[in-house]
Amino acid sequence: MVGREAFQGELQHLEELIIELAKKTKEQLNLAIDALYRADVSQAEQIIQNDKELDQLDMKINEEAIVLIARQQPVATDLRRLVVALRISNDLERMADNAKNVAKSTIHLGEDHGIEVHPSIQEMKLMAVEMIDLAILSYENEDVTLARRLAELDDVVDNMYSTMLRELLEETATNPQKIQHIMQMAFSGRYVERIGDHATNIGEDVMYLVKGESLDLNN
Amino acid sequence: MSMATDNKVQIEVSNNHTTTENNTTQKRVVYDTKNLNLWYSENHALKDINLEMKENEVTAIIGPSGCGKSTYIKTLNRMVELVPGVSTTGSIAYKGNNILDKAMNVEDLRTRVGMVFQKPNPFPKSIYENVAYGPKIHGIKKKALLDDIVEKSLRGAAIWDEVKDRLNENAYGLSGGQQQRICIARCLAIEPDVILMDEPTSALDPISTLKIEELIKELKQKYTIIIVTHNMQQAARISDRTVFMLNGEVVEFSETDQLFSNPKDKRTEDYITGRFG
Repeated sequence: MVGREAFQGELQHLEELIIELAKKTKEQLNLAIDALYRADVSQAEQIIQNDKELDQLDMKINEEAIVLIARQQPVATDLRRLVVALRISNDLERMADNAKNVAKSTIHLGEDHGIEVHPSIQEMKLMAVEMIDLAILSYENEDVTLARRLAELDDVVDNMYSTMLRELLEETATNPQKIQHIMQMAFSGRYVERIGDHATNIGEDVMYLVKGESLDLNN
Repeated sequence: MSMATDNKVQIEVSNNHTTTENNTTQKRVVYDTKNLNLWYSENHALKDINLEMKENEVTAIIGPSGCGKSTYIKTLNRMVELVPGVSTTGSIAYKGNNILDKAMNVEDLRTRVGMVFQKPNPFPKSIYENVAYGPKIHGIKKKALLDDIVEKSLRGAAIWDEVKDRLNENAYGLSGGQQQRICIARCLAIEPDVILMDEPTSALDPISTLKIEELIKELKQKYTIIIVTHNMQQAARISDRTVFMLNGEVVEFSETDQLFSNPKDKRTEDYITGRFG
């Protein structure tokens, strides 16, 4: 295949920016859960600060993709590639927002909240990180098998979250004075669970990119 | 206009077996090309073409230079026969009648199938005479009727407002885009069923091009339009279905939305994304 080398290079650059955004999103998630477990308010504040950089990267990806659409008038796979770049960037930015929300919960909880962080949040985070890795690998390699695997992992995360939520609700009955803190814990779990949903969306995007068909892996 | 109307009646009567009633959702096939092969002497220019073109649709034909798209469109009104040494096999049914049949009256066919060319080609006459020419040679002489046809055709070609006060001026004095719309009006004046367009905007500026494109979208309410274009964005903008041709063959024929978003054939993908070669 020959032709349009410059455009091909610009598409490649866009993909590199998306991979960079995914890497930073994963770092933010790791830092956010770490800060939650260690009740590290200053680290949580740093995460909120870092998020602005990720928002800027998302905007840069959006701008570059829109310029390419306007200038290159892409069709077929080229068009799907740019649409998918916009969608994936949006999902990564939303994942980073969820990491930021965990950091906000850490700040709400404060340094001396005195309740144990539910162990499932850590397990869910490990799953969510694996899902981000899989989603990006699936995108880089245009591998629909990996995309389908994301839906399976998402079900696991959803179940973990449901179980955790039930346990936290039970704890509110036995520990009603801590209800505000337990709520923040439940929120944090919900934020990590949402990250799994966004990773699954990326799987859907990869399937659209490769097959040209829209599928809903979240249901 | 009585002549064209009479002919239409005849065709509809002779064509009942292939038609679907107008009030049903399924559109009638206007052109049904089956196993069409065409040679320019030894050169096999069209190979086993099978295509169905439906009424009130815009069908775009795209493909690289020399792929056979202009040859194909010129078989639809048998203009291709003007090239010496042309021979064909297969059939092209126009409303059920094989137009490649030598018994088919070519003039009669061209009354129903108008054509607009790449370069605007008005006659060196007034705007009025350009449009009235066709009806006149079909025997219409009454001034009032001709006036009516001219106005209706110029309105149909979306140029009436621009020329209504200077109908007696020479058409050569108009801009390229206006001249092309005069040619479309000239085509409409004989009340065709089908309008063939061979790269109708390739010599026009972007604004004139968009005007013609808007016009094509309006015209398809009344006419069947088949357009050859090198401008893929134009095909994507205005057509309902698109044919991609390569080396005299039809590679892909599908809904335009489908062809430009998710083509089935890799050769189509490579061509429309500019990676052909």
